[in-house]
Amino acid sequence: MISAAGLTKVYGGRTALDHADFTVRPGVVTGFLGPNGAGKSTAMRLILDLDRATAGSVTVNGRRYRDLPVPLREVGALLEAKAWHGGRSAHDHLRFLARTNGIPKRRVREVLDIVGLHDVAGKRAKSYSLGMGQRLGIAAALLGDPAILMFDEPVNGLDPEGILWIRRLMQSLAAEGRTVFVSSHLMAEMALTAGHLIVIGRGRILADTPMADFIPASHVRVRSPDLAALVRAVAAEDWRARPADDALLVYGVTPADVGDLAYRNGIRVHELSPVHPSLEEAFMRLTADSVEYHGGGG
Amino acid sequence: MTLRRAGFAGAVAGEWIKIWTVRSTWWSMFATVVVTVGLSSLLTLAYTLSYDRLGFRARLAFDPVAYGLAGLNFGVITLGVLGVLVVSTEFSSGLVRTSLSAVPRRSRLLAAKAVVLAAVALAVGLISSFAAFFASQAVFSMRRLGAGIGDPEVLRAVTGGGLYLTLIALISLGAGAIVRHTAGAITSVLGVLFVAPIFGVFLPEDWGRTVQKFLPPAAGSAILTTRETPVTLPPWQGFGVFAGYTALVLVVAFVLFRRRDV
Repeated sequence: MISAAGLTKVYGGRTALDHADFTVRPGVVTGFLGPNGAGKSTAMRLILDLDRATAGSVTVNGRRYRDLPVPLREVGALLEAKAWHGGRSAHDHLRFLARTNGIPKRRVREVLDIVGLHDVAGKRAKSYSLGMGQRLGIAAALLGDPAILMFDEPVNGLDPEGILWIRRLMQSLAAEGRTVFVSSHLMAEMALTAGHLIVIGRGRILADTPMADFIPASHVRVRSPDLAALVRAVAAEDWRARPADDALLVYGVTPADVGDLAYRNGIRVHELSPVHPSLEEAFMRLTADSVEYHGGGG
Repeated sequence: MTLRRAGFAGAVAGEWIKIWTVRSTWWSMFATVVVTVGLSSLLTLAYTLSYDRLGFRARLAFDPVAYGLAGLNFGVITLGVLGVLVVSTEFSSGLVRTSLSAVPRRSRLLAAKAVVLAAVALAVGLISSFAAFFASQAVFSMRRLGAGIGDPEVLRAVTGGGLYLTLIALISLGAGAIVRHTAGAITSVLGVLFVAPIFGVFLPEDWGRTVQKFLPPAAGSAILTTRETPVTLPPWQGFGVFAGYTALVLVVAFVLFRRRDV
């Protein structure tokens, strides 16, 4: 469990994180969504005590990170930028990390197998591709078998196979009851991976909600040359609807329901399509609101 | 898995693995021994060959031990570079973020680095110093100029050579933690050690000479002398002054390392 209260970070006059309150719970992949520069990496660095908070606090399992007796056993983190020395092999990198936290040597082999770096573990890390470097970071995160895992933009540099692999890895880690906190600016990826969502924009937490609640319900888009008649028919059925340009969006029903209704009332239909709103749309609506709010509120 | 606390011992053990698993450590160790022993021997040879042309005074002031250890002043560069790299590459590579997530206590991490570096530098420093001494005295013995390891003050000077190089490595580690960039840190260390003495040269003679004695390189290398000279402090006094500089730099390094974002 990660808990932030009023967490604030100012870098030389620029507020990167502005009184953020959030809680990351076990058993579900929590997505940390926001555009580049929104404050995701800042928050993760503050959680790990790499940067000092300007105000507020953040705890991991109720303690500040620096007070954890064996930190790698409690938290594993993949940071956004590369965080290993290119002259050292993956095996040596993991071996020294294991040694600092009293983790047995055989665990190094295990995590190298999990991430699939076994064959190149003896080579110097500077020869690794972007994806291999990412796997080394993931191996380091898994090393202490921690109950909390943080991944900052984990799919960066991974090929499609690698993306699928990390998505399944994160979901299985969450299914084991672990806390999985993953940041991304890629909404499609987030929609596939996360069950809970914390949305951040300009350093502020904009939403903290289950994924299902965040994305609006599916609806039906219907176009007709006789829109007024259609609106009346839909209203007579007591369906929820709203006009959008030259079409009508009808909620809580299927395209078949709307088609049958139109047929019964002799209304011509030019388009009848199911709409499944994406995370992108939900996100855009949310951030558009926050921009308006900022503009209006001064 | 057995659960052990990740304390200072773990941090030291981790740094011990780290230092031996990059090539730069091996290169700087190798270079230190080659440069110190090689240059000590060459300088000694040049002196021996020109001994007949030296005046009475020069022969009287001649300190075969300090002369034979002259190469250590160049080992300052290679061990200084090692000391800087131990910290600066953490920042240049981004490794520091991983290191601190494993050892989040900042002072503990930096202290572990200092302990491991000091052990390595002391070993290399002593090997270099003793090797340079025996090689140079072998050359001097061609003209029966050499000193023996059992002669008064000699063991102190040769052992002191190893200690001096250890302090050099530590002060460089401090500079690395303060500056955080390899090139910048190396430039500052070498600047202070090799360029600062130029100030003394341009000061009025009497107090210029005093200032000179207290400047880092002269103070630090006083430990290498076995004869009193007007240009250096007494051996342990000079060493103490240099240890003071090292402590000062390390204190600043610890304070900044604790306070700054990484």
